[in-house]
Amino acid sequence: MSDPILRLSGVHTDIAQYHILQGVDLDVPRGGVTMLLGRNGVGKTTTLRTIIGHWQARSGTIHFDGADITAMPTASRARAGIGFVPEDMGIFTDLTVEENMVLAAISGPLDRKRLDWIFTAFPPLRTFWKSEAGNLSGGQKQMLSIARAMAEERKLYLIDEPTKGLAPAIISTMARALRDLKAQGASILLVEQNFAVAKALGDTAAVMEDGRITWTGAMAELAADTALQDRLIGLSMEAS
Amino acid sequence: MSAAPDHRPTFAAVSLSDRIGKAMPYLLIPLLVVVGFFAIGSSSSWLTLTVSGLAMGMMIFIMASGLTLVFGLMDVINFGHGAFISVGAFVGITVLLALSGWTGVPSLALNVAAVILAALAAMLATGVLGWAFERVIVRPVYGAHLKQILVTVGGLIVIEQLIHVFWGPDEIFLTRPETLKGAFTFWGAAIEKFRLLAVVFGLALFAAMLLVLKRTRIGLIVRAGVQNGEMVQALGYRLKLVFIGVFIAGSALAGLGGVMWGLYQEVITAGMGAEMMILVFIVVIIGGLGSVEGAFIGALMVGLLQNYIAFLEPKLALISNIGLMTAILMWRPQGMLPVVKAK
Amino acid sequence: MLNLLSGDRPRSIILTLILLAILIALALAPFLFPGVRSLETAARICIFIVLAASYDLLLGYTGIVSFAHTMFFGMGAYGVALASTHMGRGYDALIVGSLGGAVLAAILALGIGLFSLRVRAIFFAMITLAVASAVAVLVSQMSWLTGGEDGLNYLIPRELTPAFRFGEAFGVKLTGKLVNYYVIFGFSLVLFLLLLRIVNSPFGRVLQAIRENDFRAEAIGYRVVWYRTAATCLSAAIAALAGSLFAIWLRYVGPDTTLSFEIMLDILLMVVIGGMGTIYGAVLGATIFVLAQNYLQNLMGVASEATGSIPVLHELLSPDRWLLWLGVLFILSVYFFPSGIVGRLRAGR
Repeated sequence: MSDPILRLSGVHTDIAQYHILQGVDLDVPRGGVTMLLGRNGVGKTTTLRTIIGHWQARSGTIHFDGADITAMPTASRARAGIGFVPEDMGIFTDLTVEENMVLAAISGPLDRKRLDWIFTAFPPLRTFWKSEAGNLSGGQKQMLSIARAMAEERKLYLIDEPTKGLAPAIISTMARALRDLKAQGASILLVEQNFAVAKALGDTAAVMEDGRITWTGAMAELAADTALQDRLIGLSMEAS
Repeated sequence: MSAAPDHRPTFAAVSLSDRIGKAMPYLLIPLLVVVGFFAIGSSSSWLTLTVSGLAMGMMIFIMASGLTLVFGLMDVINFGHGAFISVGAFVGITVLLALSGWTGVPSLALNVAAVILAALAAMLATGVLGWAFERVIVRPVYGAHLKQILVTVGGLIVIEQLIHVFWGPDEIFLTRPETLKGAFTFWGAAIEKFRLLAVVFGLALFAAMLLVLKRTRIGLIVRAGVQNGEMVQALGYRLKLVFIGVFIAGSALAGLGGVMWGLYQEVITAGMGAEMMILVFIVVIIGGLGSVEGAFIGALMVGLLQNYIAFLEPKLALISNIGLMTAILMWRPQGMLPVVKAK
Repeated sequence: MLNLLSGDRPRSIILTLILLAILIALALAPFLFPGVRSLETAARICIFIVLAASYDLLLGYTGIVSFAHTMFFGMGAYGVALASTHMGRGYDALIVGSLGGAVLAAILALGIGLFSLRVRAIFFAMITLAVASAVAVLVSQMSWLTGGEDGLNYLIPRELTPAFRFGEAFGVKLTGKLVNYYVIFGFSLVLFLLLLRIVNSPFGRVLQAIRENDFRAEAIGYRVVWYRTAATCLSAAIAALAGSLFAIWLRYVGPDTTLSFEIMLDILLMVVIGGMGTIYGAVLGATIFVLAQNYLQNLMGVASEATGSIPVLHELLSPDRWLLWLGVLFILSVYFFPSGIVGRLRAGR
């Protein structure tokens, strides 16, 4: 196996006086989907925010594509090839869908072929292309958020709970789009609470507890072992 | 690849009351103008006052636009913004006085050239000053409102005093260039040429600003950054650089506003910036912090109301702005067009 | 003694000594430093200690910047002046004027507070600036009531004026001015101790919790807006009382002496240099500042004379440029001594 696209070594992150990440070690392999799983509040979102640079790691190192990005500003990390879909979607609600997408294409005008691909994956974005993004429904905003990350080819996508609070029909749209992205050879680090989605998409999995990674392995292995799920995440496949 | 299932796109319906609510601030200006017409009674006085109110509003807007964007982008509240207004006025008027050979003759071309040179000099000076101010005064206190207010007030005092050091303690009187002097009559109303020019110029500047904000990438970054700066960075933009650019542009605009205000009043003082800041703050508060359009509407309302009231009940003119602010904040506590902040 | 200080000790030996020295100097000022000018300075120090301390309740303990503090100060001063003008010379006029000014100040503060603090704390700074400047203009325009730019002169009870003489002690003539000074001194001391009591009460501790983290304070269940508004009202009322003392001392009020933005800056500077959030900082800040204002300007005059041949330097050192150096000092102190002199002394203990 080749070297990982992303490697976190002993990353500690504080938010105000709270010590959230307490030594995260994580490898994200090139190509495929890595699931970041765990109960609420164990530090999954903080891990993603530390990788993109919204929080600064107090200690430890983050290597992306062979380069040390620990001290880089957020914008440089993004330009190095990391796409980010935050938990709150980060939609610019006063801007139109089009303007959101134009901004997301950082290296020039939107690529026509990519845009067609995005429209096929998320048809509502074509329908509401000229509308203010603030008027989109929750599911459509989530589509736009992922579409923005897809507007350019990135080496790694960090996606935080893309199915949260969505209707089942839209969840399957999301899952399909992510599988499409994966099929193009992208590397994805995905935080997901919906275990069915996790099982369907994930190649490898890492489980967090109390600010540390406590288990890593193949997603299939975790999916097959309900006792392990129960111990690590507090839910089993039967429950989901 | 597979097509997505064809679930029906839903679009959150925009209700009529929502639409009126959004448009309401824009309707306030015509409303105010109409109410002013009936309150004043004489159509010629009304026209004179309306033009002068709009002129005043445009100048306040030019001064306020940078401040509101700076706040929106980086949550920086700059009480020293008024210093740029004063410095702009002093630099610009100094250039204008030095070009008295151009301004004293009744040649439109020479007069306008002198004013443009003066404005450019003022904007250059205040732009550079703004850059230095951001580095020295503002940058060490990002994220701390209390310190920002204190330090920028300190900066305002120092710059104001330095104006005294370089230009002396007294106010400077000036006369407008020949062709911009005086008034012409239109429908029986005396309209000062300079005021009309200020209105036209202000409108053009506002249009240009909107064009930049709506049609260019940098404008998109600014608008998006006001809403959610973190996400703009996560897309790959150095928001800090954009912010510094906006700070410099806003300072230069304040300097431009200072020159125009000096030409309008025909006198400049070191304290004029601090005085104008009171109106500027009222404007950005009622407009909604971070909103350029809100500042524009707010500035025009302040200008019009002050001129109407000054005619109807002179003693109430200054209080009228406080009254306006109170009324607007009771109606919309965040200002007329609040910026929807993510987070 | 500790009880008087509400259990809030200076917590530094040097600070204690300095505070004691200031207390003794002020208590015995008429005898230690005879002369009209030094008594004038001493009275001003007393009054500005109260004014700065009441501002510290807002700035240091609540984390709110207000630019309307001189407005409240002026309301107290004009209260005494107007009452003395219209009710005639007498103690009743002083009392009615002082209390009236304080109550009005508190009500106005309540109005502004409910308006602006409800939305965001930084609105408060901008709105107080706008309101205070409007009031200052209003006062200078309503000459029929306030005497306009010229201000008001009025009579106060004869026992408080230099015309009233009652002997001599330690080589100092005992006059009504002396009585007046001790009235100012006494009330200032009481108001100062009251402020110390307020900030050390449970109320004061909630204010500090809000200043540190208003979201958390709100989450714990404190009504942040209510506490901030209450602090604003208290601070305004005490500032008004300080203004009343000033009016009693000067027997004159005018917009420049009570309402000007320059006084607002003076107060800001006193609190920042002395040490925000300490109350004791106000004592040091006010004392140093008033002394500097009275004596350093002379020194600048001398320096300016000496550098008369160097164009810009000469201008920079002119006594008229006093504010320039204050501004520089102000910026530097916010950057480098955010906890002020008191904070330094306590840290270096």
